[in-house]
Formats: sequence, C-alpha cells, structure tokens
Amino acid sequence: MARITHPKRALSTNPLKSSAPLGAALAYLGIEGAVPLFHGSQGCTAFAMVHLVRHFKEAVPLQTTAMNEVSTILGGAEQIEEAIENLRKKSNPRFIGIASTALTETRGEDVVGELKEILGRRTDFAGTAVVYASTPDFAGGLEDGWAKAVEAIVDSLVPAIDPVFRKSDPRQVNLLCGSYLTPAEVEELVRMIRAFGLEPIVLPDISTSLDGHVSENWSGTSLGGTRLADIERMVESAFTLAVGESMRRAAKLIEDRAFVPYRVFHSVTGLKPVDAIVRTLMELAAQNDAPPSIKRDRARLVDAALDAHFHIGGLKVALGADPDLLFALSNCLAGLGAEIVTAVTTTTANPVAGRVPAAEVLVGDLGDFETSAASNGAQMLVTHAHGRHAAHNLHLPLLRAGFPIFDRLGAQDICRVGYRGTRAFLYEVANIAQAQHHRASPTDFGAAPIPEEFDHVPQIATH
Amino acid sequence: MADALKSKIADVFDEPACGTNRGKSEHQRKKGCAKPLTPGAAAGGCAFDGAKIALQPIVDVAHLVHAPLACEGNGWDNRGAASSGSELYRTGFTTDLTELDIVMGHGEKKLFRAIREVIERHHPPAVFVYSTCVPALIGDDIDAVCKAAAQKFGTPCIPVNAPGYEGSKNLGNKLAGEALLDHVIGTIEPEDSTPYDVNIIGDYNLSGELWQVKPLLDRLGIRILGSITGDARYRQVAMAHRAKVTMLVCSKALITLARKLEERHGIPFFEGSFYGITDTSEALRTLCRTLVERGADAELLDRCEALIAEEEARIWDALAPYRPKVAGRKVLLYTGGHKSWSVVAALQELGMEVIGTSVRKATEEDKERVTEIMQTDAHMFDNMAPKDMYRLLKDAGADVLMSGGRSQFVALKAKVPWVDVNQEKHEPYAGYMGMLDLVRAIDRAVNNPMWADLRSPAPWDEPLPDFGTYVPPLRGTCPVTHASTEGAGTSPTRAATARSEAPAENGLTGFASSQTDFEDC
Repeated sequence: MARITHPKRALSTNPLKSSAPLGAALAYLGIEGAVPLFHGSQGCTAFAMVHLVRHFKEAVPLQTTAMNEVSTILGGAEQIEEAIENLRKKSNPRFIGIASTALTETRGEDVVGELKEILGRRTDFAGTAVVYASTPDFAGGLEDGWAKAVEAIVDSLVPAIDPVFRKSDPRQVNLLCGSYLTPAEVEELVRMIRAFGLEPIVLPDISTSLDGHVSENWSGTSLGGTRLADIERMVESAFTLAVGESMRRAAKLIEDRAFVPYRVFHSVTGLKPVDAIVRTLMELAAQNDAPPSIKRDRARLVDAALDAHFHIGGLKVALGADPDLLFALSNCLAGLGAEIVTAVTTTTANPVAGRVPAAEVLVGDLGDFETSAASNGAQMLVTHAHGRHAAHNLHLPLLRAGFPIFDRLGAQDICRVGYRGTRAFLYEVANIAQAQHHRASPTDFGAAPIPEEFDHVPQIATH
Repeated sequence: MADALKSKIADVFDEPACGTNRGKSEHQRKKGCAKPLTPGAAAGGCAFDGAKIALQPIVDVAHLVHAPLACEGNGWDNRGAASSGSELYRTGFTTDLTELDIVMGHGEKKLFRAIREVIERHHPPAVFVYSTCVPALIGDDIDAVCKAAAQKFGTPCIPVNAPGYEGSKNLGNKLAGEALLDHVIGTIEPEDSTPYDVNIIGDYNLSGELWQVKPLLDRLGIRILGSITGDARYRQVAMAHRAKVTMLVCSKALITLARKLEERHGIPFFEGSFYGITDTSEALRTLCRTLVERGADAELLDRCEALIAEEEARIWDALAPYRPKVAGRKVLLYTGGHKSWSVVAALQELGMEVIGTSVRKATEEDKERVTEIMQTDAHMFDNMAPKDMYRLLKDAGADVLMSGGRSQFVALKAKVPWVDVNQEKHEPYAGYMGMLDLVRAIDRAVNNPMWADLRSPAPWDEPLPDFGTYVPPLRGTCPVTHASTEGAGTSPTRAATARSEAPAENGLTGFASSQTDFEDC
C-alpha cells in the first residue's frame, strides 16, 4: 500500500496531466459517427485537438461551442444549440458528445437542464444522439474525463430494463475499456474474449476508430467505434468486464439499469492479472479449459518472464501516469522484482493509486517526477513523451507509456495487455535495461587497475 | 472584461498602419477585426494561444501560465521555436488552478507564490505571466500580482493579458506585442549601439529559420539587436528600442508593435519576407537601404548587392538539378497571410504550377500581390472545407498539398503528397538556403516511389486468372456462429480447411472445446 502525498507548492512544472475534457473527447471518439464538442472557448478545443493529432497522427474531429466573454457570462445554451445545428449540417454525426470545460464550469451552467430543453424543443435533432459530461479542467485529468464520458454515454443510451422481461444473451459480454488502453490493446482483449466463443460489446471502442487506417472517403466524424445500436444491446449481455478501476462506476451503472453483473480488473498486464481475466472468461464460457491459442500465449509469457527477470529484477523504475496505467505497469514490473522508486500520478479520484507497489505515490507533475527519479536513483523512466525532458536531464532511458506520445510513431499499436502484450512489455523493459551498456572495470570493485608497465606499446616506425 | 483590457483591444484593432483597417468605414472600424466565431464550425487557437506563440520563443525567461490545467497541460512544448541557449522556455510552468483555488478565490495568492517558486528555482531574467479565461472570469488581477512580485523579488514580472475567450490567435499576437511595449522594450539600454542594429519582428525561429538568414546579416555586419522573438534573450527584447530599423517578417499581427516602435522611438519599419529568393534579396536591399538612410555607411549598399549577386547565383546553381524533378507539378497551397503570395512566388521560381492559394488571414495588399504574381485572381480561395479539399486531391487536381498541420491528413488520406509549410514544421525554409531545403522537401514528397504502390489496387481488387486447379470447399460449421460453411469455399483463395470439431468432452451444454482456434474460422 502506497502513501499518497501532495507536494506543497503553488507552481506546477511540466504537467503530467492532460485535461479532463480531452479524456472525454477521446472516449467519445470511440463511438461510431461521433463528433466530440467542447463547451468552452475555441482555444480549449484547439489545444486538445493538436494534442490528439500529434499522438494519433490522424485527423481528429473535435468541435467547440466557441464561447466568448459575453456568452460565458450570459450562459451558453444558445451556443450549444447552434453548434449542434451547424455540426448536423456540416458532417451529420450520429453522435455528439459534449464535454464542459473550466470556463463554462466556473460560471456554473446547468447544461443538463438546458440540453433537455433544447432536445425537447428541437425535434429535428432526433437523428443525432447527444450526450453531455461535466468535465471541468480544474478537477482531475484525462482518466477522470474519460470515465465521466463513459458514464454519460451509459446514462443516456443504455435503457433501464424490467428484470422480469429482460432478454439475455449468455454469449454476449460488455467490455468497458479504461482510458489507458490503446487501440491495439482493445483489440487484444477482444481477441481473447472471442477466443472463448463470447461476443463482446466494447465501450468505447477506439480500436476501430483511432487505429490508424485509410478509408475510402473523407468523413467529418469518427471513422469507427461502438455502434449506437450495440450500446442499447448492452442490457442483454451476460456480464460486464471493466478494465481499470476508473470504469467501476460505469459498470455499476449498467448493473443498476439492466442487472448485468460486473467485475473490475485493475490490470490486465502481468501473469496474475491476465490469469484473473482468463479465469473469468472460462466461467462465462462455462468451460474448464481455455482455447489452445490462449494456453500457448500463457506458456510463452511464462518463458518470457523467465528470460526477462534477470534484467527486470532489482531494476529501479520511475513511473508517471494516470492511476489506472500507473497501477497496471507498476504492478507488472514489481511482479518481476523491479523496484518502483518513484510513482507520480495525476488525480486522487481513483483509489487504485493507493495499491501501487511503491512506498509513496506523489500526486504531481513531471517536475516532481524528475526530482524524485534523480534522488531515488532510478535507472529507467516510464511516462509519456513529455518525459523526454527528464530523460535528457538525467541521462536515463525513457519508456513511453500513456498519453501523449507525439515523438514516436505507432502509439496506437503499443500493446501491453493480455499474455501476448505482457510478453512484449517484458521484452521491451528488459531490452532497454540491456541497452544501457556498462563495461565493468577493476575500479568498479575497488581493485587497482592493471599496471601500465604490462601494456604493450606499439613501436612506431620512424624511418 | 477589465476596462484596461477593453480599451487595449479596441486600440490594437484600430491599427492605422494596417491597410485593411484603413479601408473600413468608421463604423466597421469600431467593431474591430475580430470575426465572430461560429459554434460547431470554428477552428484555430484562442488569444492566449496567440500570445504564447508570440512570446514563448524568448528562451531565457520563465513562461508561467495562470490557468487550470488544460491551457498549459494540453499545449506545452508543442512548437518548434529553436533556441541557441537556454532551454527554460520549453519548461511548462502553470499554477494548475484547482476547483478549491477557484471557489475560495486563492488564485492571486497561488500565482504570487508560484512566481516566487519559479524565481527561486530557476533565477530567470524575467517571468512572463499569462492570464487565461478562468482567472479573468473570477477577476484575478495579474497586473497587480506581477507588480507586487517584481517589487518583492527584484525580477521583472510581465503580465500578458490575453484570456482565450477574448478572441483569436491573431488578437493574442497583438496583445503580446502590447505587453512587450508596455513592460519590456526600453527597460534596458545596450552598452553600445551601432548604425547596423536592426529589429526583426515576427520571426519565431521555427526549426531554426532565423539562423538561415542570420549568416547573411552577419556577413553584412548587421546585428539583430531586437529579435521579437526568435531565439531571443530577454535583454535583447528589452533593448529593441535602440535599433535603427525594424523588419516585420510575419503577418499583420505585430504591425501595431512595429508602428508604435516607430512612434515612440523613431524606428522606421518595413514589411518583408525571407521566403523565396526574390523576396529574400528584396528584404536585404530594403534593410540596407533603410540603415544607410539612418546613418550607416553607404558602402553597405554595395556590399549588399555583391552578397545578393553571389548568393543568388549560388542558390540557382544548387537548385538547377532539382528543377526538372519538380517543374510542372501542380501545387495546392493552403496557408494564408503573407505566405499566400511569398510561397507562390517561390514555387513559380521553380517552375511549379500553383493551381490555388488560400488567402485566409491575408490582407487586401496580400491579395493584390497574389493577383499580381499569378496574373489572375482565379486561383484565390478563402477557406476550403476538408471534404472538398479531399475530393479535389483525390481527383488528382493537385500533385502536392502544401499547408499547415491541420490539413495534413486530408492530403495523406487522399494518398497525395504533403509538404508542411506552417509553424509546426520540422524543417526551416527561410533565406536562400531554405529554398533548397524546401525544394528537397517537395522533391522527396512528390517523387517518393511509395505513392505509386499505395495507389495501386489491392490484391482483391482484380480477379485472379483461372488456374484450372480445384480447391475443395471448406467443410463443417463454424464453432462460433454455427453457420454452415458448406458451399462457401468456392473461392480458390482459401486454401485452409477447417478440421472437424472434437466432440464435447464434458457435459457442459452449448460449448465444445476445440483443438482449432476459433478466430480462424
């Protein structure tokens, strides 16, 4: 159990956090035909969009209600209505996900009420599902915004069901994906679930919208994602698998609505965490065995752990990430004997931070991360791409994890979940550790160097 | 809005040196040049973004953003302004206002403490403090905090009042200029001032563009005294009032700053560009001519002409091998401002055909230049919807798109080469040598063999020839869907056959563990 501490300072140096509305936008992008809409000034959207584009190397549909000073003070309901109207005209989205920002939240708008009124009056908006999540920038980070958006989607689009007449499909499961899962990771989880003969409904599914593909046409909305009809069908599922503690409330909400039991997996990285989800899948599939591909993957992970533990055991690692990712990676590395000497996270909303296998978890920024990593003798840094400053200053290798990763290609293809993803992760860490080339010398051990007189001095021909 | 800020905005919008503004009626002028933004159809940064863009290239100061997380957290370290010295400007400093700070009104106190911490830790020559929407809304007085902090800690603290909701990036640029005028320029006297001191305003040294031009100035003995703000040191900006001439490089945004430098300190300014060969030569000539008018030795003109002749000859030689590779290629330009003509001129010099140039953010003068250079106004367009641009590119209306990052993916997804010519670009294209880099970039883009491969059909787009061999159809049912695959295997492309299922080993209903992997069905 880690002690959670807040550094006492007014100045934040090199933020670790990305904003909550950005997290919400990311979640909304996992819905098919979606356009996320920020209720704020246009800058809020521009910064978030650039951030997303730099990470995914994709055009990202993201719009703004373009609040100005006057509309902020008088209230932005009209701006929202106009934005929905313009978006429908321009790109005809099936889904608009609204996220509030610090600007509108400081004024304190009743967007839920306003939106209800607008949608009640504007029957012509019926073809577009509109969902609203309250995500002020001043509370929490990306993970919180993502979680709130998923809760908002469930709240608006998953119908309440009478348990007596509930139609249930024993082969269908819900998969709620935490904010840190990459498209490739969602895909891997889906593969595992399908391997058991189960059919998942993934929410949100960025594995089809942000996986990086060229489609036949230009679209002003997300290019894939969870279908709206599938979200409604989530009530028929036999079970909800929630990945990441931050997904608990959304899973609970589905249970409240439709009596679908759920289980939260704090991590799906590392042998034991993956064993846990596989065991659950076995239960759901009602079989005492796992498919051969899964068994083989496990055997290969065991082998990888055997090979990698020489390098990971005792390795001093500094980690900085949103709580769910921080827990998943630190838990896996600590499971192979690594020492988490620095753990920095972004938000206190998620209790999983307290379970991180480190003495202390700092709720801080990359400035704290750098200072702590230096004083605790970290040998490897694990955080998002902004950690490059710390890596440069401390001359330490940086393993990029989380959001944003803007200085490497293929961020969407990183997979560190499941038996296969964990195997790749262990190799990744072990290889970085190995790449830190150190040639031992006698002085390392306190021995005197070989006397110079033994050295052969080549004769240089003078003639 | 604080009255001071209100009058400041009215002031910067009423710019007598701006052609567009002069052309307006009294009533229009009062409204300013801010266009109302359309909800749901707006793009681009806010005033804070603009102010930060303009000031962040001052490399040795601490840029402290007084805001909730998003303003700095989502936007720090995302631009390529290069530094030859301090890296402090790349460090993201913010007060990261929390809900509690806002509700309890702790903003000003937190800001004061943050200023103290940043000064104690990094000892910068100055701290630039940026206001944003939320502190402006709750009434934090950053001017007062900066004043108090400067007095207490003896380090200049510069308030930059450009909350995002006040307007666009362009307004933010202007407000940044005002902050420099009010608080920085003229606060330090240079040790010695020469007749060869110039200001360069509006070049942010993105990926080192200023350094492509600096060797030319070095050879002419011209010193960049005030750089606003490419690779600038704080002291440099503070001494800008002693320059003999100002060259305004980018856009109209900082014209107010240039004009006020003229009014307050008698420094004449001119607008020029370092994009393209002719423009670079023209800029150097004007620079030298004005310096001579202001007291430099007249021999500077001769040296300037000699330098231009030498450099032009050299660059044309260097470009010659590339001309055949790019000549005749059709370019669609989507930039705006002065680049709408300066890049056109540069591309035409290379024999490329510009099929269209966007004149967003361009002034009437800019548009006149476009017409002059292209000899028709038929190729000018304002904004283009991504959908239309995609169509145009997909229908091979252009061989290459040159634009900023926003339309990058429109081109790439249409499988059309793209060259970055905006601020986020990773390569510098300024001066004579920059032209070579630009042409190399275009050559690399349009002549990459990859395009032909990507545009060629996928394996299934063309029918296979009839091999005359028989591949038996797949047998059995799919274990997941239980759909029969009988008769589905007529396609000769499927060589794999599903093995028959193993019988269920236990009594569990509806499920059978199989030796084959389900996903392969």
